[in-house]
Amino acid sequence: MKRFGLISVPYFWLLALFLVPFLIVLKISLSDTALAIPPYTPTLDLSQGWAGFTEWWSGLDMENFTWLTQDDLYWKAYLSSLKIATISTILALLVGFPIAYGMSRAPDDWRPTLMMLIILPFWTSFLIRVYAWKAILSQEGLLNQFLMNIGLIGEPLTILNTNTAVYIGIVYTYLPFMVLPIYSALERLDESLLEAAEDLGCSRMTAFWLVTLPLAKQGIIAGSFLVFIPAMGEFVIPSLLGGSKTLMIGKVLWEEFFSNRDWPVASAVAVILLLILIIPIVLFQRNEEKQREAGK
Amino acid sequence: MKKTWLLMSAALAMGVTTAQAEEVRVYNWSDYIDEELLTKFEEETGIDLIYDVFDSNEVLETKMLAGGSGYDVVVPSGTFLQRQITAGAFQPLDIAKLSNHGNMWDVIASRTAKYDPENAYSINYMWGTTGIGVNMGKVTEALGEDAPIDSLALIFDPANMEKLASCGVHILDAPAEIIPAALAYLGEDPDSHDPDVIAKAEPILTAIAPYVQKFHSSEYINALANGDICVAVGWSGDVLQARDRAVEADNGVEIAYNAAKEGSLMWFDQMAIPADAPNPDAAHKFLNFIMDEHNMAAASNYVYYANGNKASQAHLEEDVIGDPAIYPTEEALGTLYTTTPYPAKVQRVVTRLWTKVKSGT
Repeated sequence: MKRFGLISVPYFWLLALFLVPFLIVLKISLSDTALAIPPYTPTLDLSQGWAGFTEWWSGLDMENFTWLTQDDLYWKAYLSSLKIATISTILALLVGFPIAYGMSRAPDDWRPTLMMLIILPFWTSFLIRVYAWKAILSQEGLLNQFLMNIGLIGEPLTILNTNTAVYIGIVYTYLPFMVLPIYSALERLDESLLEAAEDLGCSRMTAFWLVTLPLAKQGIIAGSFLVFIPAMGEFVIPSLLGGSKTLMIGKVLWEEFFSNRDWPVASAVAVILLLILIIPIVLFQRNEEKQREAGK
Repeated sequence: MKKTWLLMSAALAMGVTTAQAEEVRVYNWSDYIDEELLTKFEEETGIDLIYDVFDSNEVLETKMLAGGSGYDVVVPSGTFLQRQITAGAFQPLDIAKLSNHGNMWDVIASRTAKYDPENAYSINYMWGTTGIGVNMGKVTEALGEDAPIDSLALIFDPANMEKLASCGVHILDAPAEIIPAALAYLGEDPDSHDPDVIAKAEPILTAIAPYVQKFHSSEYINALANGDICVAVGWSGDVLQARDRAVEADNGVEIAYNAAKEGSLMWFDQMAIPADAPNPDAAHKFLNFIMDEHNMAAASNYVYYANGNKASQAHLEEDVIGDPAIYPTEEALGTLYTTTPYPAKVQRVVTRLWTKVKSGT
């Protein structure tokens, strides 16, 4: 009984904070938009008992999902988000790995300070940090002024309101999520393994490829998912730093909900987004399990 | 200015939690009131006023239709008001509590009755037109002395827009206003609800979209005033506020506003009380305060919009009541058109067209 109680906690968590909201969104995605409060129909009227339920049930249909397939905007937005999230993840890995590697090779008494420096930006609001990038990247911004002062460019670069700014924003924001898991994997790495590899004739470079990288794999995978998944549905960064040409599904979702006031279509977009995100999450889970089994 | 207000309303909100005083929450358009009036209201009534701002009817409607917005007074425009009344979002006004109701102007009331029959749910706050604001210096530089600054051709003819793109063009992010304008340019009925007619606006808009720096509904005031952009399709009073700010800054920027000769949209912003307002009593007090002739005149003198308050006209400054861009002449009134709300299915066509125009897909 006690055991059951312990196990039920995570399940309750999943049920209350994921499954129930998901079912509510799914329910709205099957209804029709209406001029009412709330702005969709039918709504479930349980006061009428079973009749209310059947009436509600018969009013549901897949029309909004059909609408999504008929309009290429949504697919373009999904694919564009996928592309932006993938490129951002790769960039974050390229920037994050050397940082994590450096941290793990730093003297022991430096590490807490280095760790602190990675975490410190989190103490400021995410929104303010993204706004700060607006000031850095704009035409009259710090970056352009600096580059023009040192004579590298004659005309200011247009970075703000382009996809480049979105990449910078995402990599900047999610970098700690990439660095920390890789760092924790590398920190555990036993240095004697590298010495052994060198004793056995590996060059430093080969030892890195054959020993360090495989042992850091778990951290790399975890970090990549932690960057990829939120980047995929990102809304704040593209809307503040991107231009009207930046197509991301989070922005489309916002537009459907707030500008078009079309809750059913917005919900359908959200359901599809979730299904798309579940695939990498399941892959991640599988990988974790495999690792755990191998560990035994 | 908006930022200071957000901060101030946050400060007010915090004050309220400690003082537990009576409060009224007002959700109005950005840059749309003389802020001294807000302090005056608090002093006269002792009610804490929490004042938030928005810049899009669409966002307001989302909040209204979600319910439980927590606001006591909101300010939708006519067509949106009509939709939200149908949805049951507002409560009828208690005229007995509005002693200043007699100040209202029948000419405007008869027009707003089109959206709110008998004006049972709302009072007119201000009204205006959607037209074209230009930076005279930059536009004549780009297009010459005979630039069509009072014609929709200025913004809907790609040849003109190509030349204006480098000095910057902003267009309102308001599909329900820009699509009718494109239809007016084509000589179609701007208030058409026929998807085939609405579709005719698409090629016009997609042709000029690449030359538009931004579709936004509030940034253009400062952008025009600072000379960052040279053309804005915007609301009359906002452009005139930009003109005023440029004069104050003495930066050599000369702004002019014109309603389009092909016809411009005439709109009405109506104050209404949500059905679930936490404090409808204080909301009525706020409406009555606004309907006071001196207060209403102060607001119009500050934001350069015409109002629906006849009695306030005696207190308006000459550059407001005497400016045909604010109070159009009888003749000019004839070229203005009004619109009615789109049915749900047509709404989807309209918003989709708009997304396509803005994102290029």
